[in-house]
Amino acid sequence: MANGTIAVPHKAAEPDFYHVRTKHTGIWAWLLTTDHKRIGLMYLSAMTFFFLSAMTLGVLMRLEMLTPGETIMSAQTYNSFFTLHGVIMIFLFIIPGVPAVFGNFILPIQLGAKDVQFPKLNLLSWYLYMIGGILALFSLFIGTGIADTGWTFYAPYSIRTTTNVSISVFAAFILGFSSILTGLNFLTTIHRLRCPGMTWFRMPLFVWSIYATSWIQVLATPVIGITLLLVILERAFGIGVFDPTLGGDPLLFQHLFWIYSHPAVYIMILPAMGVVSEIIPTFSKKPIFGYVPIAISSLGIALVGYLVWGHHMFSSGISDTSRVIFSLLTFIVALPSGIKVFNWVATLYKGSIEVTAPMLFTLLFIFIFSIGGLTGLTLGALNTDLHLTDTYYVVAHFHYVMFGGMGLIFFASMHYWFPKMYGKMYNEKVAKVSAYWIAVGFNTLYFPMFIMGYLGMPRRYYDYLPEYQIWHVISTVGSWILVSGILIMVFNLVKGIRSGKPTTANPWGGTTLEWTVPSPPPLENFDVIPTVTTGPYDHTQMQKQLREQYKQQQKAEEEKN
Amino acid sequence: MDNHNSGHSEHSEHNDGHIAEAHHPSYGINVLVWIGLIALTSITVSVSGINLGSLALTVALIIATVKTMFVINFFMHLKFDNKVFKIFVGVCMLIFIVVLVLTFFDLTFRYE
Repeated sequence: MANGTIAVPHKAAEPDFYHVRTKHTGIWAWLLTTDHKRIGLMYLSAMTFFFLSAMTLGVLMRLEMLTPGETIMSAQTYNSFFTLHGVIMIFLFIIPGVPAVFGNFILPIQLGAKDVQFPKLNLLSWYLYMIGGILALFSLFIGTGIADTGWTFYAPYSIRTTTNVSISVFAAFILGFSSILTGLNFLTTIHRLRCPGMTWFRMPLFVWSIYATSWIQVLATPVIGITLLLVILERAFGIGVFDPTLGGDPLLFQHLFWIYSHPAVYIMILPAMGVVSEIIPTFSKKPIFGYVPIAISSLGIALVGYLVWGHHMFSSGISDTSRVIFSLLTFIVALPSGIKVFNWVATLYKGSIEVTAPMLFTLLFIFIFSIGGLTGLTLGALNTDLHLTDTYYVVAHFHYVMFGGMGLIFFASMHYWFPKMYGKMYNEKVAKVSAYWIAVGFNTLYFPMFIMGYLGMPRRYYDYLPEYQIWHVISTVGSWILVSGILIMVFNLVKGIRSGKPTTANPWGGTTLEWTVPSPPPLENFDVIPTVTTGPYDHTQMQKQLREQYKQQQKAEEEKN
Repeated sequence: MDNHNSGHSEHSEHNDGHIAEAHHPSYGINVLVWIGLIALTSITVSVSGINLGSLALTVALIIATVKTMFVINFFMHLKFDNKVFKIFVGVCMLIFIVVLVLTFFDLTFRYE
């Protein structure tokens, strides 16, 4: 019985949230919904579109790098492509990804609540997200062309370029509002809507990670909001905050940008770490090792993550004093991350491990994210950073951490909660094949970047010296493998949605509250709010059942003999 | 669907919220705070005319912090609110101060 819950059986005839009769019908039942599950699925649809768009841009950029000189696009187009690729991937997929989709769908159910605290605000967040997203794409087709600054919009170039920076920046500004409101909603929901008995240390670790993330969203996002607004004002009126010719300080922009954008890295990765802490106990069939340290380390990462932004600026001319301080703080943030990784591995120890598709993606995450994390240390150290900064090494590190971290766990979440969201099952074999395919493609694409970065290949150039070509060719072939793997995975999931076999409420043997409600859940999740009596990963009931099964098998075998 | 199952947790927060509403500051106190804020604004303007060197920014920030505390505590009722909100605001202020200090480690020593 999940979470030691005093569960109340659902009425047999109760329709799921897809089929329940609501005030609105057809497309309006989606566009005007305040149901957290539908809003989560709307985020998923939009994000899938944005992700595939940005992925296409990435593949085209890699194709451009196949040969030195101009291959398929001009230098200016290349600059615009990497900017748009970054803006869409970061602001529309990686930052909101796990919280907006799975936080919305799963978090209220894991807390034993019927919805989030402010359902209408939740819908408003989705609309703001869509407006920001459409505005970012809109900048493609209007004015003087797509911004060519990179997703970081560094001043003073972002102030002087004639491309469409103001619109892209304004899109990011609106997306920031969506992020703040989602964070506020989740914080309030976690504080106010926990079911009876759900004390802080009985909350699933996914909830803990969303809690830490929400604090970052609420506290750090306003900083980027005002910074981006200042860029627009600077471009429109020349107010002279960042422009050195007007007495401004371009390094101030970098400070303000990274005061948000480094914590934003943890907005991206913390929820993913929360998902890992859900999947590993479920498929190891034992409680998570070190529940409290993992929960506290989420807060630790959120807190220390605020204080390390300066490591993005080691070569930009900041003072030596702050360089040393930021380098030290950067090494400290590795501690809570290490706590998580060691506890996950310790959970696997002597577990009854079942390598399903979500578990496979999670194990790949631990492997790939560890490479990303360790290569981050070479960038956090002052001396090695000066050699590696602004090279492909940084691009490789970033993709190992972000795509290998959040991206793979987004895929893992899709498979893990797929039966809950759709009440159907995907093809497990195809899912596993796609996971291996993605792993091969991922490493073929990004690992050569470490090597060429170390050899001195600068990032954000559409041209290069011939000696780097071999690494670029391997990397481009990797992009084809990776994309085909992703397409196989997407095809398999879509097929599962359309014609997958119906599944049960708890196909994985999960122990958190979402596995106590039907798949897909009814409109308000629970007929009666449950009461929780134990921690979230109590496998004792299941272990009893397994022991009974084992005894019966033994008995049957003895009788046979 | 708002608040459909609120109150399952942190009942005290909820109840204290109602108690807090009964403890609004009187008009007299509000007016005194308002006068205080105007006085502090005048001090900010006056001090900006004196050449305090690198201390000028520190002084302006200290006065602004005191003003903020007045507004948060009296006009936004934090003084009469539940402890958890005071902790929230305290943590935010602390992070803000740390961020500011870290930024100044750059500005102060950049040209040395």
